Amino acid sequence: MNVILLALGVLGVLGAVGSLVLYFVSKKFYVYEDPRVGQVEEVLPGANCGGCGFPGCHGMADACVKERDASNSLGSLLCPVGGSDCMAKVAGILGVEAGAAEPKLAVVRCNGNLECRPKLSNYDGVKSCAVAASTFAGETGCAFGCLGLGDCVRACTFDAIHMNAITGLPEVDEEKCVACGACAKACPKLVIEIRKKNAAKTPAVKRVWVSCINKDKGGVARKACASACIGCGKCEKTCKFEAITIANNLAYIDPEKCKACGMCVAECPTGAIHCTTAVQTIVEKLKAKKAADAAKAKEEAAKKAAEAAAAKAAEAAAKVAEAPAAPKADQPQ
Amino acid sequence: MNKLNVSLSPHVHSGNSTQKCMLQVIIALCPALLWSFYQFGLGAIIVTLTSVCACVLFEFLIQKFVLKVTPSITDLSAVLTGLLLAFNVPSNLPVWIIIIGALVAIGIGKMSFGGLGQNIFNPALVGRVFLLVAYPVQMTTWPVEAGYFDVATGATPLSLITQLVNGASGVSLESLGEAFLGTTAGSMGEDSALLLLLGGCYMLYKKTITWEIPVATLASAFVFACLFYGFEDIPGVSNWNIIMQQFLGGGLFLGAIFMATDYVTSPMNPRSQLIYGGCIGFLTMVIRRYGAYPEGMSFAILIMNAFVPLLNSYVKPKRFGVVKK
Amino acid sequence: MKTFKLGGVHPAANKLSAKAPIEVAAVPAVVAIPMAQNLGAPSKAIVAKGDKVKVGTPIGEPGGFVSSFVHSSVSGTVDKVDVVEDPTGKKVPAVFIKVEGDEWLENIDRSKDIKREITLTKEEIIAKVKEMGIVGMGGATFPTQVKLMPPPTAKPQCVIINGVECEPYLTSDHALMLAHPEEICIGVQILEKAMGVNKAYIGIEANKPDAIQLLTETAKKGFPEIEIVPLKLKYPQGGEKQLINAVIGAEVPSGGLPIATGALVQNVGTAFAVYEAVQKNKPLIERIVTVTGKSVAKPSNFLARIGVPIQQLIEAAGGVPEDTGKIISGGPMMGKAMPDTNSYMVKGCSGILVMKNEEARRKEASPCIRCAKCVHACPMGLQPNFLAKFAEKDMLDKCEEERIYDCIECGSCSFSCPANRPLLDWIRQGKPKVMGILRARAAEAKAKAEAAKAAAAAK
Repeated sequence: MNVILLALGVLGVLGAVGSLVLYFVSKKFYVYEDPRVGQVEEVLPGANCGGCGFPGCHGMADACVKERDASNSLGSLLCPVGGSDCMAKVAGILGVEAGAAEPKLAVVRCNGNLECRPKLSNYDGVKSCAVAASTFAGETGCAFGCLGLGDCVRACTFDAIHMNAITGLPEVDEEKCVACGACAKACPKLVIEIRKKNAAKTPAVKRVWVSCINKDKGGVARKACASACIGCGKCEKTCKFEAITIANNLAYIDPEKCKACGMCVAECPTGAIHCTTAVQTIVEKLKAKKAADAAKAKEEAAKKAAEAAAAKAAEAAAKVAEAPAAPKADQPQ
Repeated sequence: MNKLNVSLSPHVHSGNSTQKCMLQVIIALCPALLWSFYQFGLGAIIVTLTSVCACVLFEFLIQKFVLKVTPSITDLSAVLTGLLLAFNVPSNLPVWIIIIGALVAIGIGKMSFGGLGQNIFNPALVGRVFLLVAYPVQMTTWPVEAGYFDVATGATPLSLITQLVNGASGVSLESLGEAFLGTTAGSMGEDSALLLLLGGCYMLYKKTITWEIPVATLASAFVFACLFYGFEDIPGVSNWNIIMQQFLGGGLFLGAIFMATDYVTSPMNPRSQLIYGGCIGFLTMVIRRYGAYPEGMSFAILIMNAFVPLLNSYVKPKRFGVVKK
Repeated sequence: MKTFKLGGVHPAANKLSAKAPIEVAAVPAVVAIPMAQNLGAPSKAIVAKGDKVKVGTPIGEPGGFVSSFVHSSVSGTVDKVDVVEDPTGKKVPAVFIKVEGDEWLENIDRSKDIKREITLTKEEIIAKVKEMGIVGMGGATFPTQVKLMPPPTAKPQCVIINGVECEPYLTSDHALMLAHPEEICIGVQILEKAMGVNKAYIGIEANKPDAIQLLTETAKKGFPEIEIVPLKLKYPQGGEKQLINAVIGAEVPSGGLPIATGALVQNVGTAFAVYEAVQKNKPLIERIVTVTGKSVAKPSNFLARIGVPIQQLIEAAGGVPEDTGKIISGGPMMGKAMPDTNSYMVKGCSGILVMKNEEARRKEASPCIRCAKCVHACPMGLQPNFLAKFAEKDMLDKCEEERIYDCIECGSCSFSCPANRPLLDWIRQGKPKVMGILRARAAEAKAKAEAAKAAAAAK
């Protein structure tokens, strides 16, 4: 009996001492944190992807609260994962208006699939784009394009980007992509860009981009890849919105100015300009029209030529008839 | 011409492989293995075959059906685990107990951590210690002659010493030479210090292991054996005899040369290896002298296995161009 | 016999071209001389299309402090200034010259006579070395004049000449030592004069007994302060830090310059180039290059002009064999694998190694068994297994703690790994990142100190 009592006593005293120590420590080292930070963090997605530019969701919540106190708004802060819904909730907690944010997504700017960009050598090192990029220019003749080893796929926490085994290029799942930018940061060749998701306000997604970042001269680029941008400038001339600029033998479409009209897509000789299906239908029409125009022009030209030939024949006949005739200086050829 | 391969340097390799490393250890174990076949006969052969086959089979099955990875039994690591497990049990151990030991060694000791290279504890010792705790009677019945069924059994020199130190009388110890050559009772492979040493020399020559762990372990074990047994007055036997029996007998040589040097569960630079070996020697002698078990090597190694991550992160190798101020 | 203390490995030497004499490689119809031939800033082309050049005419000038001159290696007309592939397939600017005859600049002494007297002063030597575009010939291509101007706090005591050639297969330094022992010794004396020291060592690995004997005899005949040091075979003995450690026993402090030990290390090739520049007025326009490999018909040592197509050199050694799997610029331990043979000879190219497909392919990596062979192999006392893991997971603070910045990228770890793990590939990923952090931190600390100083001054 005594033993049990003793054990109980000792344990009791130990427990009491321990709890006292814990109590004082928690008082002494207490760190005040704005309770709103916790509340904001609650509504954030909690993926800790860092897409907002802060270290995890807690950092973002902290930044939101600070921004609110400094400017009485949320400024340009945006959680790319939660989107505007999430930011509206945050704004509600902090009692400010949420700004309207534009949805964005990751766009792969390389179309050098295995067919149009043949492999010239074989990379035998670690299956990582970063390591391959530090080793050499790449397995193909193009020193700019996708290396195809999937650093972007590994960087994605939303399962939104996958390698296509047939093309050897990554593909973005538009439904899942939240434009956190992890893939763009992981790509050593800077192939991936975070762009505006939709150029128009239509429900069908309209987006046009140059799917190439090769800065080599036209001939060199084309030799390396059949679908490279060769910097010919046709698109620049075609664009009515001045959205396209050519620099270093490479076209770039400004997503802010682009209206996704599809004119440039129809015009590109190498097919380096890509667009979404919604735009593609327009492009098909444009191309059909263009083809029709071309056929018409051809027909007309043929007609003209036939007429000219007929005229010539007639003239010749006339010439024969009333020789010697005048010199045939301005005959169309 | 083929497409040229491109990778970062180096473009050549030593040609060494995991399989070769394991094979070298297995070759080094062979003299002691053959000796145990000679000394314990059929029993040793049955125990070894069962243990090796069970370990390889369990590794294969677990990798294929539980972890769902390509089985890697060709790296010989499971064979080695099986051999070491066999070395650590008596040669008349029933087959079903060995199979349980193999399952614990491979399944719990190795695969539950993620397979080769991931385990914290030496798998063979995990299996052995499990058997020692679960089946103490079978695990401490040592045959003294060749055969498997109904063989005469006896006590190991170390258990005799424990009895002596605790004041028993009428106990006589075998001579030192027997312990060195290995004609005493004991676990299958721990018998002959000489042949184990031979295997160790082979591994050192092949650069399979480095000298730090075995030397540190043996040296510290010797020093602490002297300290613990050297000043005691034990009737009927000289202190020197006991010290040398402690040093040469039991699993000390097997442990120091083959178990403590296990790649995966030992620290990775010479300095931490010395500390690791030293501690194993010390703990072994503490357990033998003051613990309930006459044998302490297995426990000492397992305890130090647990400290390996700590050693790895706190003890750094000698750096080039860094002078301590 | 001496050697360095920590780590090291023993790759098979495979010196197939050791007995091959030095052959002069043919001058092609067109050469392309890259402008990025040295460590540091690339050179700037100073010629344009249509310019006439002779052998030795400068065609590129330094693009920064750590940079060097580039000279025409042929006579003819500049065809274009365009880009060529460097050995890793990356595009670099280069000057293309159409070869017409072989006319050398008049002030270059082309006679075979050995000029013993060193008439130039210390400053003149350094200026000459810079003017003649000399860079480190061992492969690192660090501009030599920069190395000859150590910080004022350094106390140079000796010159160590690297005749180790620890890379397997390569024999260009070996061939050079056998062909020009006296010139090398004079070059060493020039380097001594430039550094203001009176002691020199030439470290040579024991697998070149003929070179050791020849140089020892030469040194005995009139270079009493030059000591030939035979070294025990071990890779990476040719590394600057390891060579200093092997020869004089000193350790280059971590993060410090090698000159902190009082030793200046130069390659034998550099010593020879310095001799030719200072005594013969000859710029660095050609070098000895080994073309070798187990499947190569005729492993050779060529004296090749800078700008010669690599393809041509391989053809001269018997062409690219059918089962070739890898072609390396440099040696097998630290050389760069080339995606094709479209590049051109540069100053730092000591060898071209053709490897068969089966010996070139890497084996599949298996799990790390923590055998610590990499730790024992590392000549810098690092733990490559941890470094590789931390670098792979981008744990840069841990990389820094494990001193990733000390790595010399010798490849001993990957070489010795039984699990075929690509340790160095990952370490190479982490190292520049950590170096960047360290530099940024140093710059920040400097700015802070200066700001504090300015504030104190303002008060």
